[in-house]
Amino acid sequence: MTVATTKSRRANRRLAADAGLLVLATAFVLPLAWVVLSALDPRADLRVRVPDGLTLGNFDAVLTDDVTFTPLLNSLMLCGGGTLLTVVCAALAAYPLSRFRSRFNRPFLLTVLFATCLPITAIMVPVYALFVRVNLIDTMQGTIFFFAASQLPFAIWLMKNFMDGVPRELEEAAWTDGASSFQSLVRIVLPLMGPGVAVVTVFSFVMMWGNFFVPFMLLLTPDQMPASVSINDFFGNRGTVVYGQLAAFSVIYSTPVILLYVLVARKVGGGFALGGAVKG
Amino acid sequence: MSTSAGAGQRATRRSLTRTLTRALPVTPAVVLLLLFLAGPIAYCAYIAFTDLQLTGQAASSFVGFENFRTAFKDEAFLNAVWLTLVFTVLSSLVGQNTLGLALASLMQRASKPVRTLVGGIVITAWVLPEVVAGFLLYAFFRREGTLNAILDWLHLPSQNWLFTLPILAVSFANVWRGTAFSMLVYSAALNEIPKEITEAAEVDGAGGWRRMWHITLPMIRRSIGTNLMLNTLQTLSVFGLIWVMTRGGPGNRSQTLPLFMYEQAFQKSMIGYGTAVALLLLVVGSLFSVVYMRLLRTEV
Repeated sequence: MTVATTKSRRANRRLAADAGLLVLATAFVLPLAWVVLSALDPRADLRVRVPDGLTLGNFDAVLTDDVTFTPLLNSLMLCGGGTLLTVVCAALAAYPLSRFRSRFNRPFLLTVLFATCLPITAIMVPVYALFVRVNLIDTMQGTIFFFAASQLPFAIWLMKNFMDGVPRELEEAAWTDGASSFQSLVRIVLPLMGPGVAVVTVFSFVMMWGNFFVPFMLLLTPDQMPASVSINDFFGNRGTVVYGQLAAFSVIYSTPVILLYVLVARKVGGGFALGGAVKG
Repeated sequence: MSTSAGAGQRATRRSLTRTLTRALPVTPAVVLLLLFLAGPIAYCAYIAFTDLQLTGQAASSFVGFENFRTAFKDEAFLNAVWLTLVFTVLSSLVGQNTLGLALASLMQRASKPVRTLVGGIVITAWVLPEVVAGFLLYAFFRREGTLNAILDWLHLPSQNWLFTLPILAVSFANVWRGTAFSMLVYSAALNEIPKEITEAAEVDGAGGWRRMWHITLPMIRRSIGTNLMLNTLQTLSVFGLIWVMTRGGPGNRSQTLPLFMYEQAFQKSMIGYGTAVALLLLVVGSLFSVVYMRLLRTEV
């Protein structure tokens, strides 16, 4: 086998792989193309096609308090609050797990890992019943607490793994200078694991932003609904469905999480780091 | 003697205090998890054995295994179990897993621009909020949607997919949405296989499929196990996607267990019965979790 044939064979194989990937990607891109094109189409329907003309009318129509701003603000409060709580609790919990040896570490981590895998959907009915009893139903804070608790196991697991990557020696210097554990966590460890904290934050936020079932069950008042639930109103209360507006709203609602993903992917290899983290 | 015993005691007490101080930062997380995760699970295990209804909270009473007996005689429940099985096998075990591996291994050989483009598209489908993904695939599968437009163009028979084959449509939707995860896991795994090994096999004349079967798959078997577990767990708890696309219908032809549970608890007000179904789902999920942890055992 000469070098030339190996080379041309390799080039052929690359071409075949490229072609295969592009064919598969077509199936993935069609629904995405629908939402982008329909959002700009003055007479959008359900199929992918070149718009009759470009318009921003759909965006204009949905950019009102009722349709867009209130639900997005609700989403931001729910997911922002939930994420903050998750990240703070996870960072605090991960520190002793990562830094001190104790016979409680292993059982605790195993429990956390176990909880990571539980199907949260399954406990929503009892959570609803419980929230009715303790008067947390239809409250933002109740939903935030539940969001945080449901993301916490995975956040602790990730945070602990990232924290293990920060060498102890750096902290020991601070300890001899009389810094407390808390000071060394905040001043030394967390800044050194910036990308890790970013991954945990973005991951928690994205999961909550997209979650439909939790707010759908735990919130009742329409004014409090986040975008994931209010988007269904395009079908119910407003008569005939204006698909262009639904598409425009979908674009507005999805953009923040896509931007956050791109941001964190640029910084730490994104999904690849996440894939590695769950791969164990 | 007595002094050393005293010192020992003091040392024990001091180490106990130290353990407690060190455990202090874990408290907020533990409190949150106990109140909002362990609490509901315990409550779930309790009301699954009662006849609690949405109306008349006070009147609930303990009924033993009655809810479970009802469930296994209930055709709607057995239908939901069957559909959940079909949905999980089709979309998670077959769809996401195989397609994810195919994408990842093609990406190993593809040129960089194509790899970046395709990766970006597949991951976008994954990052989109669940409900949005539901709408996009609803539009895709509707009678007047994109899929039928393509079939018309190819002169193939079109049909109302959400009516004729709803479970197939939602399974495809779940593949569309979830494949990126498998792709990422497998990409990471394939990158770890040393180049020399595949090259040596190539020199020995092993063809593409044989290399895949005898070398690649055995080397990434741990990732395959992990990926299958996590996919299955994710698929078991899909609610929003199906809710948006079909509401579990037409009739109950795409009603998987989470949707059945919701209908029983809220549309039929039988919280006790709905929770019994939830508990079964939770038990199945826990079994998968335990298997998954066994796979990861060496890591902790």
